[in-house]
Amino acid sequence: MSAAIIPLPRRVAVDEVQARRDARADFAFRSVLACAALLVLAALVGAALSMAWGGREAFATFGPGFLTSSNWDVGAREFGALVPIYGTVVSASIAMLIAVPVSFGIAVFLTEVCPPWLRAWVGGAIELLAGIPSIIYGMWGLFVLAPFLSEYAFPWFDEKLGPWPAIGALFRGPPLGIGMGTAGLVLAVMVIPFIASVMREVFLTVPQRLKESAYALGSTTWEVVWDVVLPYTRSAVVGGIFLGLGRALGETMAVTFVIGNAYSLSPSLLEPGTSIASTIANEFGEALDPLHRSSLLALALVLFLLTFVVLALAKYMLMKLRQREGK
Amino acid sequence: MNLRLRFAALAVCASATFCAQAADVTGAGASFVFPVMSKWSADYHAATGHRINYQSIGSGGGIAQIKAGTVDFGSSDAPLSPTDLDAAGLIQFPLVIGGVVPVANVPGLTPGALKLSGALLADIFLGKVKAWNDDAIVALNPDLGLPAIPIRVIHRSDGSGTTFNFVNYLGKASPEWKQKVGEGTSVKWPAGYGGKGNEGVAAYVKQIKGGIGYVELSYALQNKMAYASLRNAAGNFVAPGAESFAAAATSADWASAADFHLVMTDAPGAQAWPITATNFILMHKQLKDAEKSSAARAFFEWVYANGDAQAATLHYVPLPDALVQQVSAYWSTELAQ
Repeated sequence: MSAAIIPLPRRVAVDEVQARRDARADFAFRSVLACAALLVLAALVGAALSMAWGGREAFATFGPGFLTSSNWDVGAREFGALVPIYGTVVSASIAMLIAVPVSFGIAVFLTEVCPPWLRAWVGGAIELLAGIPSIIYGMWGLFVLAPFLSEYAFPWFDEKLGPWPAIGALFRGPPLGIGMGTAGLVLAVMVIPFIASVMREVFLTVPQRLKESAYALGSTTWEVVWDVVLPYTRSAVVGGIFLGLGRALGETMAVTFVIGNAYSLSPSLLEPGTSIASTIANEFGEALDPLHRSSLLALALVLFLLTFVVLALAKYMLMKLRQREGK
Repeated sequence: MNLRLRFAALAVCASATFCAQAADVTGAGASFVFPVMSKWSADYHAATGHRINYQSIGSGGGIAQIKAGTVDFGSSDAPLSPTDLDAAGLIQFPLVIGGVVPVANVPGLTPGALKLSGALLADIFLGKVKAWNDDAIVALNPDLGLPAIPIRVIHRSDGSGTTFNFVNYLGKASPEWKQKVGEGTSVKWPAGYGGKGNEGVAAYVKQIKGGIGYVELSYALQNKMAYASLRNAAGNFVAPGAESFAAAATSADWASAADFHLVMTDAPGAQAWPITATNFILMHKQLKDAEKSSAARAFFEWVYANGDAQAATLHYVPLPDALVQQVSAYWSTELAQ
């Protein structure tokens, strides 16, 4: 009897030790996880602070004029960020104007229209496109797209669209194949895979029953997509679009190759411009003057804030959409 | 136990490599010298077993790094003034010579055929001369039959020593350029398109009909581009090449340049190429680590003595002998032993 009782406390003790060890391990594991997550926050805050600190001289010297002046003159030590900001916003906007409808078309085609044997091929091609490094896109833009545009597309723009009132200003200029329009086009090709693959993934989450019901009621494919699929996936689609926009805003090398890198403010898509990221990539290495270096860091902060605002806007829109969905 | 042993072995290995690196020399700066620097350091390693680690981060970075003392030598395409050098406790000497050449894309133009003067080149880059059949260009090139196509100016978009030397020359040739644009590793260009790096400018000029840009000679030769001849300070039209670069280096007044603070553009020699450029090395007078200081000096001595052939194959021009002697003398007086 007693022999049977004696081992029991021992086993309890073992279990307690085990439990305590588990608790310790669990605590350590959680701490490691928390550290990993905090690292992201620390990196974010650290990056923002170091850019602000590095750019303090530029902000102190030029004040708010840094954002509104279009004069970037290294020799005269005068720096204004308007031209790069304009170039970043315009090239990214062109990219989104092209990329969003095309990506939407790709995603709808893949989920609703495409024969199954082709689906894997097109889907694979999109994923491959997403994996190509940006410098390859830049070289493609400079050596393939730019000569094509200067030979065939831009002369036609200049000749046929240039004389139009108002929007003609967008298409007037020397048809050299290098400039804001080309940058926007290359960016569009770069972000299409991102947006298209997000859209395809979320379109696939729409319950088959909903779509089949709509088809059974006599809806066309377009009506199913527009009235069933899109409302069901709206918030995720918006998220995908902003993911693409974020990439377009910060893209550096591909833009540097084709944008023409000139500090001129022109409405024309055929004229050269510059973007924030390409300005930094171009000038940081040889920025001897502390004020020049500081201005480039201030420019980096502007890009950081621009991207931050875009992402915040996306989150806000998603929140609004979700609220409406609830009603 | 086994694991601990392995860690111990790793630690020993790590400290051993660390010790080996301690004798190595690290430099950083201009990308202009990077190709020849890699060749030299490879050959130097083969000859002596010492490693030279050069990082091509741009002149601005090179100056910042040597001032901060994170590298043993820095390299810059633009010389620092003696006041700046004194303030930072640095010495400066020329290492190797190269040249910047204007290149053009005009149908039918062959290398060296186009003749330009400095003032005309400045007017083109100011955007004042707009077409290839402009009277000012035709006056210098009556036989070329230049077409009536617009000139497209191509410049470097990134800050660079190539730009520094090119605009320095334009400033010397044209008062208007000096006043309106000035000089620097990057400037506010009155006209044109910016290509990134020598290769970017070369690509733009090759693609854009009527384009004119400037690149280092080796890029013009590699891409088989139509470079221009320039009228130099002596009034002669010269073609770019090792002879005319060397002529510029020989004729420049190095002897009276304190701390070699001299930009060699618009040199007076009869056959001198007007946009000849020098790369400068920066070192601390008093290096914290005397061993590294002498190791760096030994490397540059070796380069002056044995590096000429490698430089020539990469289209750089070695320093003239008189200049090398001047550098040696400068070392003996300035560099702490």
